[in-house]
Amino acid sequence: MRPADLLQSRPEGLYCPPGDFFIDPVRPVARALVTHAHSDHATSGHGAVLATRETLDIMAIRMGEGFAGSVQPLRYGERVAIGEVATTFHPAGHVLGSAQIEVERGGFRIVAAGDYKRTPDPTCAAFEPVRGDVFITEATFGLPVFRHPEPLAEAGRLLQSLTQFPERTHLIGVYALGKAQRLIALLRAAGHDGPIFVHGALRRLCDYYAERGVALGDLPDATIERGRSRDFAGQIVLGPPSAFASAWVRRFADPLIGFASGWMQVRARARQRGVELPLVISDHCDWTELTTTIDELDPTEVWVTHGREEALVRWCSLTGRPARPLHLVGYEDEAED
Amino acid sequence: MRRFADLLERLAFTPARNGKLRLIVDYLREAPDPDRGWGIAAITRDLKLDAVKPALLRSLATERVDAELFALSYDFVGDLAETVALIWPPAPGLPTPMPASDPSLGEVIDTLHAASRREAPQVVERLLDRLGGSERYALLKLVTGGLRVGVSARLAKQALADFGGVDVTEIEELWHGLAPPYQPLFAWLDGDGEKPVSAAAAPFRPVMLAHALGERDLDRMAPGDFVAEWKWDGIRVQAVSEAGGRRLYSRTGDDISGAFPDLVAALDFDAAIDGELLVRRPNGSIATFSDLQQRLNRKTVSAAQLRRYPAHLRAYDLLQADGRDLRPEPFETRRAALEALSARLDPGRFDLSPLLPVESWEDLARLRAAPPDPVIEGVMLKRRDSPYVPGRPKGLWFKWKRDPHVIDAVLMYAQRGHGKRSGYYSDYTFGLWTSDGSLAPVGKAYFGFTDEELEQIDRWVRANTTERFGPVRAVRAEPDHGLVLEVAFEGLARSTRHRSGVAMRFPRISRLRWDKPPGEADTLETLEALLPEPPQGLGSSRSPA
Repeated sequence: MRPADLLQSRPEGLYCPPGDFFIDPVRPVARALVTHAHSDHATSGHGAVLATRETLDIMAIRMGEGFAGSVQPLRYGERVAIGEVATTFHPAGHVLGSAQIEVERGGFRIVAAGDYKRTPDPTCAAFEPVRGDVFITEATFGLPVFRHPEPLAEAGRLLQSLTQFPERTHLIGVYALGKAQRLIALLRAAGHDGPIFVHGALRRLCDYYAERGVALGDLPDATIERGRSRDFAGQIVLGPPSAFASAWVRRFADPLIGFASGWMQVRARARQRGVELPLVISDHCDWTELTTTIDELDPTEVWVTHGREEALVRWCSLTGRPARPLHLVGYEDEAED
Repeated sequence: MRRFADLLERLAFTPARNGKLRLIVDYLREAPDPDRGWGIAAITRDLKLDAVKPALLRSLATERVDAELFALSYDFVGDLAETVALIWPPAPGLPTPMPASDPSLGEVIDTLHAASRREAPQVVERLLDRLGGSERYALLKLVTGGLRVGVSARLAKQALADFGGVDVTEIEELWHGLAPPYQPLFAWLDGDGEKPVSAAAAPFRPVMLAHALGERDLDRMAPGDFVAEWKWDGIRVQAVSEAGGRRLYSRTGDDISGAFPDLVAALDFDAAIDGELLVRRPNGSIATFSDLQQRLNRKTVSAAQLRRYPAHLRAYDLLQADGRDLRPEPFETRRAALEALSARLDPGRFDLSPLLPVESWEDLARLRAAPPDPVIEGVMLKRRDSPYVPGRPKGLWFKWKRDPHVIDAVLMYAQRGHGKRSGYYSDYTFGLWTSDGSLAPVGKAYFGFTDEELEQIDRWVRANTTERFGPVRAVRAEPDHGLVLEVAFEGLARSTRHRSGVAMRFPRISRLRWDKPPGEADTLETLEALLPEPPQGLGSSRSPA
């Protein structure tokens, strides 16, 4: 069988004709399989959604209970027949509940990895290598200049700045789903036991992570208590980057603004954002992880989606591996704010 | 190397002066000798390596990385040294990742110094193999001489002073007798050694500065106690020629001799003169500050620039003459000695700043209101009995600048501020009307308003945003809807870097004109009328008459 008979790109997203479903569709469809709950992958209005329990819960938190006609939670490793194909969800290591989707028919197997990373992350299940005939990889950081530094050391840079500038509020921009909880976990691992203040937009997801057993410690609201002003000097406050453009920022003492993102590796990007403390912490694979994963899985063919497809396809051709870009529309780089 | 790379990283993203100072002082506390000295030398650009040309970096990288992947990466990153630092793959045969290796900055610099020009590429390559990404970036910026972290030599000296708890003028005075990695200096600052004796052949002497004249000051001052001079719009310098050494220093003690060989060649005396550096026009008149800028911030100067913009020193004061320190003497004594000296100097390169006939403060006000030369930016008052005291002593010297130019401009863009101004749109780009009815941006200003006015502008910006670009917002700027800012500035020059073709000096917001419809703001033509005539040097070199 030809790979395109099993999965093909359509304007709505990646479509499986023999199973009649889409993976991460960006427009409403009858049946959607969703890899994870970031808003460029998980949208509302589908007839039926199949995803992990966590992904479904997070979608409900963000979009309300009625985000789809019906939902069906799937466990990692559980094999489910849909139409003429068998599908299995496997951990992707990206955020809580994130999954790779394996689609199999007659012994021919395609693995759509969704967004994934290989770096250990205590806030979600670790990426599980699954071999298939075709591997569909993301390429958000698909350039050889992206080699993410040790994330614990980046958290250490934040703690060092805190001791150097104890009179300033350290205000760190994080995406609400995944990055916020990962940074908190890293700060805890780096020995920061004190409170970490969070913006209201992060509250429900942090609580949900805690409910699912991810220990995050003391996370008070970054609000001023009624009747008395509160000084946040020398404290860490996490918020969505969009909040930093608003008047919300003014309640804090002499804010020092940071941003935790893989993009912070490139100086021009950090400058564009007006960031004083760029922290290179990413929930995506860097170049080394992408290329070693492809080597390890050794698929017959590689399809490359959102990001820098061109460079990763070039690398595949240099290593003698058939590859092509899969031009899917609608996915953003790492935008989740 | 890691600690130094961290410092560079933080400095590059820290906008506030005090923040930068703290980062450098902390580095000086933590880094051992000789690393911290080399680190300071790198920041003040006193470290000369220039071992590798950028083109060579690219070829080093593309020997290891596919050229197409390199090109895609460079395209994305936009900076060659940064691209090479990030992309640098481990040497073939070495384990990935490399075992932790952190050679000291001193070791790296010794290795580079020991390498011949021919060996340099290989040495750099071997170092790149030993370093992590951020340290590779620091190394490449060092060897290509492209280290720009927004720290002036002056700020680095201030950090040394803060670190050692001494006055910055003490550092400035010593600086040119010291060589990296400055171990005697650090021994003194650490409290483990004597203060080094200035060893420079022609040392810098910390400069005496004036206070701005306050509104009530003249009431308490007697005209007879002071001399008056013009305040010339050049740059304040110190020309020193002693014991066979000749140097030209900026007022913060930076050695700028390299950019002014014409003037240095004429320092044919044994003295230290305080004066204003200016450039002349072919007809002998003094050229404007924008012409002087053609000669500033250069390491070397071309023959054409020497011809077109000859350097000139207008002498204010005499600090040292024939081995005698005149600084403790009263101004009048120093002035007499300066006049005697100036009679022996090349009049094509030197003249005296004239004293002004002032019997009363009314005389002075009249002179200030209508100076005879466009290169005058105000008047100076100096107590006749004032010794030459480094820094800005109270009550001795005063400056009274001309009133600034003002123009009504229209707010076009606003950018978010940092630190205490986080969350406020506090940096403003303003424009003037052009003949086709559109607005041309002419400048940027981020001070001159009160906190309360900042709140008002911020609210207005948020309510009138038309587009966003990262931290910048475009705002409504139409003839009948927009915000008019009265902008004050000191001078105007032609500029090829600004779309409007002009650049303002020290623009600041002097008033918010909520009352004024943008359609009545000024035009670009009005502003251009304030430009000095085009430099004559340019015209005459094209068509020799």
